Amino acid sequence: MALLEVKNLKTSFFTDAGEVKAVNDVSFSLDRGKVLGIVGESGSGKSVTAYSIMQILAGSGKIVDGSIKLDGQELVGAGEKVMKNVRGNKISIIFQDPMTSLNPTYTIGKQLMEAILLHTDRDRKQAYDRAVEMLRLVNVNEPERRMKQYPYEFSGGMRQRVMIAMALACEPEILIADEPTTALDVTIQAQILELMGSLQKELGMAIIMITHDLGVVAQICDEVIVMYAGSICEQGTADEIFYNPCHEYTKGLMRSIPTADTAGTKLQPITGTPIDLLNMPKGCPFAPRCDNAMKICINHRAERMMINENHAATCWMNVKKGVESGEIELDTKGGDDLG
Amino acid sequence: MTLAEKQPLIEVKHLKEYFNISTGMFRTKPLKAVDDVSFAINKGETLGLVGESGCGKTTVGRTLLHLYKPTDGEIIYEGKQIKSREDIKSFRKKATMVFQDPYSSLNPRMTVSDIIGEPLDVHKLTKGKKERMERILELMSYVGLNSEHAARYAHEFSGGQRQRIGIARSLAVNPDFIVCDEPVSALDVSIQAQVINMFDELQEKLNLTYLFIAHDLLVVRHISDRIAVMYLGRMVELAPAAEIYDRPLHPYSQSLLSAVPVPDPKVARANKRIVLTGDIPSPLNAPSGCPFRTRCKYATEKCAESMPPFEEISTGHFVACHRVAEIND
Repeated sequence: MALLEVKNLKTSFFTDAGEVKAVNDVSFSLDRGKVLGIVGESGSGKSVTAYSIMQILAGSGKIVDGSIKLDGQELVGAGEKVMKNVRGNKISIIFQDPMTSLNPTYTIGKQLMEAILLHTDRDRKQAYDRAVEMLRLVNVNEPERRMKQYPYEFSGGMRQRVMIAMALACEPEILIADEPTTALDVTIQAQILELMGSLQKELGMAIIMITHDLGVVAQICDEVIVMYAGSICEQGTADEIFYNPCHEYTKGLMRSIPTADTAGTKLQPITGTPIDLLNMPKGCPFAPRCDNAMKICINHRAERMMINENHAATCWMNVKKGVESGEIELDTKGGDDLG
Repeated sequence: MTLAEKQPLIEVKHLKEYFNISTGMFRTKPLKAVDDVSFAINKGETLGLVGESGCGKTTVGRTLLHLYKPTDGEIIYEGKQIKSREDIKSFRKKATMVFQDPYSSLNPRMTVSDIIGEPLDVHKLTKGKKERMERILELMSYVGLNSEHAARYAHEFSGGQRQRIGIARSLAVNPDFIVCDEPVSALDVSIQAQVINMFDELQEKLNLTYLFIAHDLLVVRHISDRIAVMYLGRMVELAPAAEIYDRPLHPYSQSLLSAVPVPDPKVARANKRIVLTGDIPSPLNAPSGCPFRTRCKYATEKCAESMPPFEEISTGHFVACHRVAEIND
């Protein structure tokens, strides 16, 4: 059984301007010891998916439908008591900005110990030892001295290490990392990713890595979900997504990243601007920006189609390809729309 | 591109920018944000400037435009040193800047046409309302905005479109040289490519010269002819873009480039990263000698004693490292 199973998750924010469907029918599962990457641009719903799992949505946000099962236990509608036990103990989260997610008025030690005291039976002495041990684990020098310091005395990379130490202090089964390295420099990013990779192997936990950086995904993820406008457009193993992308949006993303080979040439950007979640099109949400959009894309949203056992995509182009190669047969009525 | 006409448009010699930081009552200490940096940018060329946060790359860009008064050193534009107030005023008609954050660099109370028109008014470049508006619309068309956008306010636009407005503003004075300070780092990947292409097209069309500051090394590699690497206020390496990627010589450039996450799982798995230990030292307490020596695995006593000179190792490839020859054997 999968460790975490998310099925048909729908999360909306109810604003004055109307309902914003931030997460729209998202399903995935995560096995023990795996690293799952969720990629997408701002507003694609990748963070809201994570916040829905933790149930830490802002006031106007609500899980409208769907199920989230952790080890077989249903979390949607389970109530605050259950969630308090899940958060920190079973699932931990690291936020994007290490500068603002620590309290500036408490010492690092106090903040680390708070998490440990809250979630375990340890007394203060044991919690202190555990906190020092965790700081050592994430390669903070002189942890005893560092325990007495305040966040402003730490650099960005150091603070992110503290956040990781805090998240791992109670040995969660799942670590959600919401853009953990976006605010950091590349050399520090490399340190943090290396650290997360080795801790993941050592402790055997599963990681959900939320990022917009495909380079980070390529580096540490086993499986990848690509999101656009609240829905999953493609999901599969990292190799499948990178070497055999089957959704026009994923293909566009891959094309638009500058690499060593693109120097001196024009990049091929995705045209248009990101979608307005308040005015979602009827068909595929990516159709307005898609160069290969067909009639059917504008009117009907594609279902999730399995490309192979490790790979699924929601794009009509795959049907068109199948028809052209003779793998799929259509009745004549449907043929018109694929053009 | 136009490397053939190797004529430096702008030249910087021994540029220094120190900020006085208060360290207690009546006591200050100089923070050496930029320390003894020299380089030249040729006409029509793009020089990429990379480095980690706090290395002084933004300060170089700003000091170059005299937004900060240089502590020491020369800035030479088209063979003439920029020094007096008059020099600076006319220099600002030829050299402009595009800022990093399109959300905070546009005045929320001004319409797009006023934002783009402001430099025209300041430098009195157009006569009469009609000519001004025509010029604004022309500038907007350069960056892919249409005339109906002119009366709107910045908040009505997405990040990518705001950056276009910022670029149109920087083009208003008809400049030859633009300092682009992280112009695409706040944008999504899909939009980033659009804006990068636009920089390319504008360069060709208007014969522009760029100093392109960024921390995203893939972007810099794509857009630059030559690349300079900075560390703790010093320039440590400068070389043609392809060369610095294929054969970085300074140990810092080597680790910086190896740390770039490559969007290709097989390459990423095979990649041997040189992970640096520790953080950048504070520029207030910079190490003696070579600034990188505290994190450098090749450091010797000599590195602590003196700052290595910025020397030309092979044609157009400058490195500041005492042990460059031994390391790269």
